[in-house]
This record gives sequence, structure tokens and C-alpha cells, in this order.
Amino acid sequence: MGRKITIEPVTRVEGHGKVTIQLDPQNNVTESRLHIVEFRGFERFVQGRPYWEAPVLVQRLCGICPVSHHLAAAKALDVIVGAGTEGLTPTGEKMRRLMHFGQMFQSHALHFFHLVSPDLLFGVDGDPAIRNVIGVALMHKELAVQGVMMRKFGQEIIRATAGKKIHGTGAIPGGINKNLSIEERDEFLKGADPLNIDKMIEWSQGALDFFKDYHAKNTEWIDEFATFPSSHMSLVRKDGALDLYHGVLRAVDNDGKKILDDVDYQDYLQYVGEEVRSWSYMKFPYLKSIGKKDGWYRVGPLARLNVCDFIPTPLAQKEFEIFKAYTKGKPNGMSMHMHWARLIELLHSAEVMKELLNDPDLQKDDLVTKGTKVKEGVGLIEAPRGTLFHHYRINDDDQIEMANLIVSTTHNNEPMNRAVNWVANNVISGQAEVTEGMMNQVEVAIRAYDPCLSCATHAIGKMPLHVQLVDGEGNVLDEQYK
Amino acid sequence: MNQILVYGFGNPGRQDDGLGPEIVRRLELERLPGVITDSNYQLNIEDAVAVAGSDAVIFVDAALHVDEPFAFCRLTPAREITFTTHAMSPESVLALCEDIYGKTPPAYILAIKGYEWEMAAPMTEPANENLEKAYSFIRALVQKSSLQAFDECAVSSGCLNTAVQ
Repeated sequence: MGRKITIEPVTRVEGHGKVTIQLDPQNNVTESRLHIVEFRGFERFVQGRPYWEAPVLVQRLCGICPVSHHLAAAKALDVIVGAGTEGLTPTGEKMRRLMHFGQMFQSHALHFFHLVSPDLLFGVDGDPAIRNVIGVALMHKELAVQGVMMRKFGQEIIRATAGKKIHGTGAIPGGINKNLSIEERDEFLKGADPLNIDKMIEWSQGALDFFKDYHAKNTEWIDEFATFPSSHMSLVRKDGALDLYHGVLRAVDNDGKKILDDVDYQDYLQYVGEEVRSWSYMKFPYLKSIGKKDGWYRVGPLARLNVCDFIPTPLAQKEFEIFKAYTKGKPNGMSMHMHWARLIELLHSAEVMKELLNDPDLQKDDLVTKGTKVKEGVGLIEAPRGTLFHHYRINDDDQIEMANLIVSTTHNNEPMNRAVNWVANNVISGQAEVTEGMMNQVEVAIRAYDPCLSCATHAIGKMPLHVQLVDGEGNVLDEQYK
Repeated sequence: MNQILVYGFGNPGRQDDGLGPEIVRRLELERLPGVITDSNYQLNIEDAVAVAGSDAVIFVDAALHVDEPFAFCRLTPAREITFTTHAMSPESVLALCEDIYGKTPPAYILAIKGYEWEMAAPMTEPANENLEKAYSFIRALVQKSSLQAFDECAVSSGCLNTAVQ
């Protein structure tokens, strides 16, 4: 009699993920799948609404990365209002970049300190009662304090640039609605220790050093866990530099050969398709030039460092060179190296914020670009978790008549399934007993991609964890609610 | 008490999920002495800083499984994170605060009954009715500025030191 292991939802990922692992009578894995109930209602919800509302409306999608949606929508509307993709005023673009890098910084810090460090500090099969950020605070207080303060710094950057923490209004079609005052700037540059940018850079470097040290002591596990070849896609600046806010699309295969290069993201539909599979609500994006079967790719920090040629800030560039040398310049397919890449981006984000905070353009008053309106626009941004598309078309009454979003987690659908499959086959298959530590490794693999689902509704009682073991005949063998 | 923190969390774009931030929005307009406010989509690790700096904290959230119109409960730190994701529960924020700062203020939750959570702007009518009652309650409560009064309210709600499920 075979059995099926179901984890629903995945802990420390948002509330609509479910993993099923089907076992035969000898406990060999016959099939493993990650199911994600992707929310697709937004496109319908936004239809008929005035286009200028979109940057605020999209923040209803997600309480974790509202800034990314806010900025991607604003970028699409820049095109519609005639500002184009590169026509913002210096103040408009730099304020948005500061907002974006604040978001990137706090998101990457949260992921490392809150979600990843417990697995590293206590082991993937450590006591689950302390294998969390509170356990980290208890046993490694200094590390926890750094995580808390880095999150707070990023959140304050967002508040200063977006106007407020909930439903920010900073980015508007064609620009921004406020600049950064001298007082706000000085608070970030010279704030009391530790809430200043120099301390954030120091701690970012420290987090990176912590990971590299862990890697040196656990090389085999970090290098082998959920490793598989893939293609990679991200934005890059036109000169090949890492750019998380604006650029052109580039994709490389597992050997580093360019599949896409210098692609204007307004034309993304020519290059990216989305496949529907019967067993999953979430689509599977693919590169059209390769086809549905093999055209899948990874997005996010690992993909970005695989795709770009260099990082335009000195400390992160130095770390990038070490990272690239590890695979002799070839693309890196090791899922756990996503953490390494993410921490290099954390350092880069801190460096960029310092550059921007010292830029006098942030205090200027030329905030908005106006132009000749067109009916359609695409916004693209590298969100913390990867490439994010927003595409809108409006009618003669300035109402949105079509919206299409492809979020980072959707791009990573196939890679996350491959990562789950790796754990199922290499950790769980054939074992007489499936332990909590083994089950946690499924989540470790998924967490590497830091998926963010439609998660903003979190009211008490709305997110139970349901774990179910079912045999081949559908009988429930064991069941737990958390 | 010198400083009571009222922290509402939820997404106002998701119908009744916005009950917590709406309570905070109303309190901010009144500028009551000794009351500071904050709000966000979800609680997270950095909120331990604000919690540590206050003499008492009242979290305000929408809740599915409470009796109408609301429940008011005393909270205790909870070291286990059972199903948390990128966000944290009030109890786990308290535990993090305790671990980092070696103390945590008395903490409570005002859990207001909600009904619908879809991506539509207005709250449901029943949730609005609960909101009005909850706001009258918390407005009067924070002006008493007394832990004894807070605990008496929690006792009368039947949930002193009982987590809302």
C-alpha cells in the first residue's frame, strides 16, 4: 500500500502552498509536486478602474512586497502617460530607486535572519521548537538584533520615500510625489547607532561573511543540496551591470550562453510564454525560443548574478568576483547558493542606498515627467524574489481594460518543483521513517527561492497549517493541525 | 503609564482585514495623550523595537473565530513559531522582544470579528458595526491608562492570558 505525504501550507512560506509526495509500499518516492494556489483575480479586479489608481491598488495584492508591485505598476504607467521607460526626472528616478533598494534591503535581511539563519544555526533537523528567529534571539542575540535593525532601517527608507507603510503613494505615473528632505536624509546618513547607513553596510558585510564561513564548514551540503542545471533570466543594465530597477532583459543557459540579450521588456510577450498544467493553479513560464519542455528558467538573486557581468558598487563587486570564481565563471545552479547571492545583493543594496542618500538630486523639486499618452505599457522590475512584470492597456475613458502580471514566484514555479523533487528523491525516498527533519528539508529547498504568494490576508484563524499522510487508497494515516 | 502603543495590522485592501489599521487611523486623528500608534500589513521582527519602548501594547487585528463584536485578551510571549511565514504573531513579537531586550511590556489584543477577506475595498456592514463598538471600547480604555483596567477588561472578556485562535 503506497502513501502520500501532504504539507499544506508550507511553513515559513505564505499560506497557500502545498507539497504532496507520493510513496509506494517500499517508501520510494513515485511523484512529488509543489502546488501553489496563485491568486489571479487581480487582473479582473483592476479592470474598469482609472489607470492612475493602479500603483496604489496593486498593494492589495501582497503585504510582503507591496513596494515591488507599486513600482512595477508605476513603471508601466510611465509608458502610458508618455514619460517612457527612461524619461523620468533625475529626482523621480532616484527617489524610486531609493524606495526600491530600501525594499530590497529589508526583504533580503528578513529572509536571511528570520527564515534562513535558524536552519543554518540549529541544523535542518534541529529542534523545531527553537529552529526559528526567536530561538536565534535566545542563542545568538547579536545576530537577531542585527536582523531586527536592518529590517527597521529598510522599512524607514520605505516610509520616507513611499509616504507611509500601508498603501504608499510615493510613485505616481511619470514620477514621484515627494522628494527627500535634508532632515530625512541626515537621519539615514548620520542616525544614532545602529540606525545609519554605514552600520547597515558593516552588518551586511558581516552577514555575508557569516554565510561564507558556514559554507566553508559545510561545503558538501551547501553545494549539493537541491542542485540542478537551469537557465536564468533577469534585468541587466545596458552595459551588463546588475541593475534591480531598470534595464533590458537577458537570459543565459546552463553554460552561460545568451538566450536573450538586450531585449526591450515592452516586447516581453514575444519572448516569454506561460504554460498551464492540469495539476497546478500556477502557470509555468517558459522562453518561447526554447519551448515549453526545456524553456523554464530561474529568476531571483542567483539568476541575477548568473546573468549580469559585474556589480557597480565596490564591496559587492569584490564579493561577486569571489562568487563567480567559485564556479569558474560559469552559471551557478546550486539552490543554496541563492542565499550567498542574496547576501551579496544585500550588501549592494546598502551601498546603493548610501550613494543615493548622498546625491543632491533627491532634494530637488522636478518630480514628474509629462508626455503624450499611449494606450499600453509594460513595467518590469527586479523584485527581491525575481523578475516582476506588470502590463496594462487602457481605453478612451482612461480606464484599465487589460492587466497582466507575472510575479517572481510564478517564474520560479518549475525550479521550485525541481528543488522539491531533489529532496524527495535524495532525502526521503526509501527511508523507513519520514522524520520532521526530512520534511523540513522540503521547506529548506522551497525557502531558498523565498516564494511570496498572495499573502496579505492574514487575519487570526485564516492560516492553519494542515499536514496529512494518506495511503494509496486515500485513507488518512496521520493528520496534524498547527 | 507614560506610553501605550496601539498597533493595528492588516491590509485595508482586503475588506475586513483592514479593521486593525482603521482603529489606528481613528486614534491618530484624536491625538490622545500617552497613546502612540503604528500600523502595517503584518507584524514583523522590527516591531519588537517599538514594543520594547512602550509601557503597554495593544495589538488590534481582524479575527475569524471570535464572538461578535470583539474580544480583548491579555497576551503572553510564545516562543514557538508554528505556522508563521514572512510575518509574525503578536505573541512571537513579544517573545523576540523579551529575548533581545530582556523585558516585554504587558500586552493585549483587541480581536475584532471580521467576515470577508476578498480584494474589495469596503468592509462588510457587520464588520463596520463591530468596528464602531470596538473603537468606543478602546478609546475609553486607553484613556483610563491603567493596567488594572486593562486586565479587568480581559477578565470580563473571559480571556486573560488566553490566545485568540
